[in-house]
This record gives sequence, C-alpha cells and structure tokens, in this order.
Amino acid sequence: MPANRFNGFTDYGVGIGLRVPHYQHIFDKKPVVDWFEIISENYLVDGGRPLHVLDQILERYRVVQHGVALYLGSAQPLNREHLRKLKQLVRRTGTRWLSDHLCWGSVDGRYTHDLLPMPYTLEAARITAQNIRQAQDFLEIPIAVENVSSYAEYHVSEMTEWEFLNEVVERADCGILLDVNNIYVSSRNHSFDPFDYLNSVPAERVAQIHIAGHSKFEKYILDTHDHPVIDPVWKLYARAIARCGPTATLLEWDDNIPSFEEVHREALKANRYLYAGQTASATPQLHATKQPALAGARR
Amino acid sequence: MSTNLLDLQRRMASAVMQPLTRSLTTRRLGDDGQSNTRAAEQFLKPNSRLTALERLQIYNQQYWYRLFGCMEEDFPGVQAVLGRAAFERLMRAYLEACPSASYSLHNLGARLPEWMRTHPKLTAPRTRLALDMARLEWAHIEAFNAAELPAFTPQAMAALHADTRVRVQPHVRLLQLAYPVDELLLHMGNDADDHCATSNSAAAARKSHSVRRVANQRPQRIHLAVHRQQFQVYYKRLVAEEFVLLTALHHGESLGAALEAAFAKSRLSEPRRAAQVQAVFQTWMKLGWLCPQEKKNSRSKR
Ligand SMILES: [Fe+2]
Repeated sequence: MPANRFNGFTDYGVGIGLRVPHYQHIFDKKPVVDWFEIISENYLVDGGRPLHVLDQILERYRVVQHGVALYLGSAQPLNREHLRKLKQLVRRTGTRWLSDHLCWGSVDGRYTHDLLPMPYTLEAARITAQNIRQAQDFLEIPIAVENVSSYAEYHVSEMTEWEFLNEVVERADCGILLDVNNIYVSSRNHSFDPFDYLNSVPAERVAQIHIAGHSKFEKYILDTHDHPVIDPVWKLYARAIARCGPTATLLEWDDNIPSFEEVHREALKANRYLYAGQTASATPQLHATKQPALAGARR
Repeated sequence: MSTNLLDLQRRMASAVMQPLTRSLTTRRLGDDGQSNTRAAEQFLKPNSRLTALERLQIYNQQYWYRLFGCMEEDFPGVQAVLGRAAFERLMRAYLEACPSASYSLHNLGARLPEWMRTHPKLTAPRTRLALDMARLEWAHIEAFNAAELPAFTPQAMAALHADTRVRVQPHVRLLQLAYPVDELLLHMGNDADDHCATSNSAAAARKSHSVRRVANQRPQRIHLAVHRQQFQVYYKRLVAEEFVLLTALHHGESLGAALEAAFAKSRLSEPRRAAQVQAVFQTWMKLGWLCPQEKKNSRSKR
C-alpha cells in the first residue's frame, strides 16, 4: 500500500502505550514491540526517572509522542512554554509525527485537564486550524489530531463532528489520529451511525489509529481505556484499514492495566485486520468503572 | 481570538469546574445564584436519555474525580494525618481556590503547602503536622522530577575558596520541620508493605496503624534534605549548622559568607567546627550535592 503524505508510517505496525507498570517487564524481557506511544506531558520534566527510562526505551524502540494538553481547539493562543518543552522532547525522541486531541480544556490560564468537546462551528474550525498550523510550524513535524469521545453537544453546532473534522484538517493541512473506539463511544452517546462517521473521514490524512476498550453505564458510555477492545470496535477498525490501508495502530490501556503480555496480545489482534482483513471474534465486555481515560495521563 | 468561541469555553469551563454537592452531583445553583439547569440548557443539548444538566454533570464529576485522585496520589501522608473527611474538605477548598494553572497534572499540588499555611482552620487541630507533611510530600515530588547537574569533581571541590559561589543540586530540597514527618511517611510506606495481602482486615489493621502513629506524633524540630540518588528519592536528616550552610549556598551566598551564617549561633569550638565542615563537605561530595554555578550567557544545549 503506497504511503500518502500523512500516512507515511505504514511500516510502523502495532504499538502499545508505554506505561509505568510495564517498565520492569520491558527492561527484563526486552520484548519485540513495533513501537511505543508515550504521553508527552509525562516527560516534560527536568530530570529523574521518567527521562532516564525514556532514554533506555529509545535505545531499543521507536517512540511516538501523543499529547493530552495542547488544547488545539482553544479560543485562546497555545501555551508557548508547553510548545517549547514539547519541542525539546521531540528532539529527544525523534518522533516522526506528534498527535494531540481535537478538543479544548483550558481557558484564561486555568486547566480542566479534560478533553472537552468542540462546538462544531466554522468559526471554531478556523481557530483550531490556525492553532494547529502554529504548532506544526513551531514543532517542525507533522501533527495528527485525534477525535475525542464526548458526552455532550452544543446548541451552536452547525455541522456533524465528522464534517467538523474534515473542515479542520483541510484548513490546517494536518493529519488525523483516528480513534475508532472514540467514534464508537460518541456514536452511542449521540445516536449516530459510526460507519457514517468513518466513511467520511479523509482516508488520505489518517496517520495513525487508536483502538481501546471503554465502560458502559446505564445512560452513556465512558471512554475509560480499561478493557479489551469490543467486537463492534474491531469492526470499525477493519473498515478503517480497508479505507486507509495499513496504518500505524496503537492499543490504549490506561486503567486497571493488566500484564504487559496481556496488553500486547490484545494489541496484536489488530494484525488480523492490518494485513489480512479477517473478521474479529473478540468478546464484548461490559463493566461500569470510574473515570474516562486521559490517555494515560500520569500513569 | 474569537469572542463567541471564547465565551462558550468560559461558560463551559466554569460550569465544569464548579464544586459538586456533598453527594457528588452538580449543584442546583451556580456561583451567580442562577439555576444550573437553565444555564446548562442554554448551551448544551439534551438527548433522549440525558438532560443538558446531566450531560454537564458527567464533565463536572470527572473534573473533580480526576483532580481529587491526583491529590490523593500525591499527598497520602496529609490524608493519613487529617483523615479522609477532613482531607476531602481541604482538597475541595484548595482546588477551588487554586485551580490548575499548568498543562501538567504533576504541578497540581504546587501551591498546597503555601495555601495550607494561610488556611490553618481547615487542618485544625493538626495544623502544623499536616503542613509539615504537605511540605515533605511536595518536596518529594519536586526532587523526583528535578534536574541533575554535573557535580564538582574532588579536584574542583578541593580548589573551592571563601569567595566561591556554588550551586546546590536542583533536586535537593531543604526543609525545616516541627514534626519528624519523614519517619511517619516512611513508616506508612512500610505498614503498607507489611500488609500487602489486601484483605479487609489487613486494610483495617493498616489504617489503625497509621492512625495510631499519627496520634502518637510528638513535635520535634528537624532539618531535612529531600534528594535523589539513582532516580530514587531519599530523606536525609541534617544537623542545624549543615542546614543553614546549605540554605545559604542555595541562596547564592559565597562559601565564606555561608560558613559565617552557619556558625553564627554555634557553640562549637573552632577545631570542632573545622571537623564538622570537613565532614559535611565530604558527605555532600559523595552525594554530588554541590555543582559549579551556571556561567552567565551560556545556555545549556541538548
Ligand atoms: Fe485515543
């Protein structure tokens, strides 16, 4: 499958998130892993164990940076200090692209540390695209924006989420980190057909895909990253691969983290679809637990 | 910058960050005394299962669960000193007064010690003990993530003279405390290890252990360095002179001035002072605590 301008990472295969409980296993067993995704913000420190561990990982593995706090959809300018530190980290990791969410989460210097949903308006698309361009220019690597799970919608929205995504990425000329679990979660929370969403994603811009598990409550679904991937999400993944071709894929597991082997085994199920396009047989798991994942923030 | 988007984000953020009720639901009235239901309806859509307010509540609750969870993780000692209920009250008040001003959750507790100092009622009657514990726990977090600079070599150390200004390793934090909270925190860690079988009775035993330890705490003035070795944080008790000396060096005093400050009130004889100075410098060298001062106008490169 020929790589497009954003999906230049077809050879990355299947990665998993680098998480503290797995450090020892990784150093002791040196497992074969295609790549690790790190939460950038966990490594924006001046020294100590996090950076030491990261350097050891970098000796052996490819690392891709994923952020949780750039808040590209913020009405106010991006935090320059944050960008400066990210750039230092980009130099350290050699990440080929960097992702963060299509959301906002801070205003007037106060941070919610949440991935708050955007109003789907042209004005918001224009501002978000401008922020993404600025970040991309400053960091000097491609940025991929990730669709988030959401639990609320605004009256002012003028379009669907997928129309908004298209609008933003075209204006910003950036990539997409397509989270198929987030599409599923939002489709259930907002009653739309996830395939409508998936089918209108500009496939040529998808740089990376996230898969994950979630928690189901009585009246809504929470994106908790604490379960295996459920069958309907694998089906969405299969469709995404059919549309985008082989794409760097990552399993997110951020809470109730099982053993490294278990997480890796779950992630490698993606290989069935990534190259062969077979049907999944994962069992749906329905649990109700606590917080939505912030993609491994502080874990 | 857009006024519409900004306005919406301001309204949503203040709704999300407003305090929860005691039963952890969104309050009926907002800070302005207006109905939260009506406020939520103004900018959020309901769906067939949830009202606008219920959808807002998901974010409102997660905001507090997430922040509270971080503080619980960062300040287990303060929680042990105050007990669960008082700790929750303190955290609600602190996070309301000092919402996060950083892109990183690591900095969430940065203002807690100072804030506790100015709000003693919230930690009464264990105000000083709780404050000392908060200072220790925050110093621990800082020491864990701080930079480590190349330390003086023995040769460079031998060449130091009275006018030299040195730099104390950034991960060294100096604390003067009224309670020996270092011991308390270490014991709490050990108690947790002793009872790793997490049966209910073990958890209860662990809790009563901690409660007893807290109740038995007696004031004792100590000087402490919180520092890092091999990526692990350690607590080291210092003698008073050593503490003053290090603090003065940390504040940029010359070696001569720092020594003068350290022994200004000391009753030690000259020879014993000299011996003490030699001993502490030897220890600091082993620990790599002293580094050359940064040269002006030379920025570190990576
Ligand atoms: Fe994701």
